[in-house]
Formats: sequence, C-alpha cells, structure tokens
Amino acid sequence: MSKALDKQSLTISLEQLACRRDERLLFADLNADIQAGDVLQIIGPNGAGKTTLLRCLVSLAEPSAGEIRFCGQALSQQLFEFRQQLLYLGHLPGIKSALTPAENLRWYAGLEGDTDRLDSRVEQALKDVGLYGYEDQSCFNLSAGQQRRVALARLYLSQAKIWILDEPLTAIDKAGVAKLEQRFAEHSETGGIVILTTHQDLQLASLKRLDLQDYLPSPEQMYGGAE
Amino acid sequence: MSQPRPDSAIANRPERTGNAFLATLRRDLKLAIRHRGELANPLIFFLLVITMVPLGVSPSPKTLAILAPGMLWVVALLATLLSLDGLFRSDFDDGTLEQLLLSPQSSYINVLAKVIVHWLTTGLPLTLIAPLLGVMMSLPEAGYIPLVLSLLLGTGSLSLIGAIGAALTVSLRKGGLLLSLIVMPLYVPVLIFGSSGVRAAIEGFAYNTQLAVLGSFLALAIIAAPLAIAGALKMSVNN
Repeated sequence: MSKALDKQSLTISLEQLACRRDERLLFADLNADIQAGDVLQIIGPNGAGKTTLLRCLVSLAEPSAGEIRFCGQALSQQLFEFRQQLLYLGHLPGIKSALTPAENLRWYAGLEGDTDRLDSRVEQALKDVGLYGYEDQSCFNLSAGQQRRVALARLYLSQAKIWILDEPLTAIDKAGVAKLEQRFAEHSETGGIVILTTHQDLQLASLKRLDLQDYLPSPEQMYGGAE
Repeated sequence: MSQPRPDSAIANRPERTGNAFLATLRRDLKLAIRHRGELANPLIFFLLVITMVPLGVSPSPKTLAILAPGMLWVVALLATLLSLDGLFRSDFDDGTLEQLLLSPQSSYINVLAKVIVHWLTTGLPLTLIAPLLGVMMSLPEAGYIPLVLSLLLGTGSLSLIGAIGAALTVSLRKGGLLLSLIVMPLYVPVLIFGSSGVRAAIEGFAYNTQLAVLGSFLALAIIAAPLAIAGALKMSVNN
C-alpha cells in the first residue's frame, strides 16, 4: 500500500478508454500514460468530452469501456489511496457563498483530515491567490474571478499530489494565470501530476497535450455500440 | 510543509476521519445559522397547523385531548418532510457535494454529520416546542414526557430516513412530490409507534415498548441509513 503512495511511482494510465454522455459516444480507444511530473492539458472543442473525461478520472462517472489504472492497479481497487492524493476542481467552484473564503478552505482541509496549523496555512493560501483582506467577507460579495480564486487557493493549501482541474483559468486575470502556471511548474517539479482542461495557451516547458479529436470514435463504434 | 508520509497517513486514519466529521458538522451548523429564515420554516409550520386545529375542529378540551397525540406527531412529521428538500440541494448546486464524496475520508461519516445537523436544526427544535403546543391541544398531563421522549427518538429516524429520499431526488429539478412518495411509507411505522406511545401513556398504560421500538428504529437507521444516503448521492452526482 505504501508503495502506491511513493511519489516516484505515481502513475495514471488510461487503457482503451471510451466515454459516453447520454447516448453519444464522445471518444474511444483513448490510451495515455501520465507520470509523476507531468502537466497534461486536455484539449478539444466544446462538447468533445473534456469534462466527462475528468469526471471519469476522479471516479465521479463511469467510463463506458476501458480501464483507468492508478499505480498499476485498477482505480476502483485503489480509491482510498487515490483520493488521498487527489485534488479535484470541477466546473462548479465548490464554494459555499454564505461562508467566508477562510471558512470554505477550512472545510476542505478538514475533509482531507489535515488540521495542523490550520489558521496560518489558510491565511497563507489566501495571500497566495491575492485574497488577503477578503478572508472574513462572505463569498457572496466576491466577484466571479475572486470566487474562482478561493477554489484555487486549495492548490496552495492541499498536500495532494494529483491535481485534476476543470477549466481552472476561467475568470482569472492575466497576472493570475501567470502565477498559476508557475504553481503548476513547481508542482510538477516536486513530482506531482496536473491534468487540466483550458482553452488558453499555457507557457509551460513540461506541458503535454492530449487532443480528444484524435480519439473520435469510428462510425462503427458510434452506431454499433462500443461495449 | 512536510510531505504526507504514507504510513503516518494510514496510522492517523481515525483521527483524520474525526477531523473530517467535525469540519462538516461545523460548516453545516454555520450555514444553518446564516440561513436563519429557513431554519424557522418547519417550526412556524408546526406552530401554525397546531394553532388551526382548535379553531377548525373544536375548542373543547375533551375533543382536543383525543386528537392531541396523533395530531402533534403527524404535524411534526410533515414539518420534517417539508425541510428535507433543501438538505442536499444547495451542496449539489454549488459543487461541494461532489467534493464531499471525493474526500478520502468515508462518505458515511460526512453524510452522518450532515444529517445530524439537519436533526439539530429541525428534529430537536420540533421536540422542544412540542410540549408548548401540547398545552394548546390540551394534552393530558401524563402525555408530556412520552411525547418529548418519543419525538426525541422518532425525529432522529425521520431525519435519517428522509435524507435517503432527499439524496435520491437531489438531481431532479422537481423532486418534491417524488421525495414525499418515497419517504412517506417509511415514515409510517415511526408515526404509529410514536403516537401510540403517547396515547398509551395518557390511558395509563406503560409506554416503554413503543419507546424501545422507536429506539431500535433509530439504532438501525444510524447504522444503515448513511450507507444508503452515500450510495444514493453517488448515483445522483453521477449523471
């Protein structure tokens, strides 16, 4: 078990993966290997299945065919280990608008079970995303970009190694995007994994791209059923 | 910041689970306090309906005393039902529900924390206000203690069972009616034992059997319901 958590061996592999949304097959035969240190940008036009792929990766949805393996074993067998390392930002921000940014972050730290020196860590995380001075305002009063930043503050708070981020850069200004890119780079240098979707061009040396257009299902799969 | 060591992460598991439980409990209590208006809804409903009964049926203490146990229980049950729809709705809408389900800590414990807050904000206030409304319904003196005890045990089961229905219908836009249909049959046994306990006490019989049955319902619900709720939430988040 401890071997699976060794950061050198963190790998996620997708084997012959196919996903459906409603009755439509979005992509098929997707193979990919993601290793510690990778920053993977998933690209594709709207409706190509980027969000669905990410939801499959975090086991919020089931792939219609194929398998996801985490550190060599089926993801469903490794859920506890996987989730200990996972930070997922969905396209819903996951922020309670009646709570303050600090309270929101405290809840997330609590969910991870990690409450050591919580106050100073939360304060530092909010400073890092430029929300210092807003920590006691309720999120209701914050702009869309600021709310997004509250969610992104988890990138500074959490110790998770696998970041799966759905459109993290929406509503973030240019300086904020540059800072996040830097954060992604740091994370990959320390052996973390970043998988994200965005329509922006990222300036990262270690960036890999996965274009869902390369895995469009063939007409037989589309109409003959992929299973 | 130190790296999480795998061994310590597993060794600290109970403590971490406890932290997650407390974090969710604290967060939901804060949210409940910030939405005070919604908090009062079931209580006001309870109060209004019970006030109407003497006006609508008969103000004679004799008639009211016959109606009191059943009426208090039925209305407390409906008030709980009324509050269920919002239990997971806002978490579902803002994405915190999926975050909760993705937590490495067991969903059982997080879900239980949410239901406990629901009980603290509906079941417990209903139980506490019930004796006051008992006065309005001319409940005979022997009925007060069994009323409070049966509601205390019964509303716990109502929150837990109701949360299963709420979890199943949270992804539906208009799940209100469906929720009532799912939950109502499961509420019937609680209602029967609750109100019959109060009636037995008024008639001078022992009521510990009914309380024991309500207690065993609650014990069973605490063990089984969070599993069902977590499963239903996973399904709801899946589409």
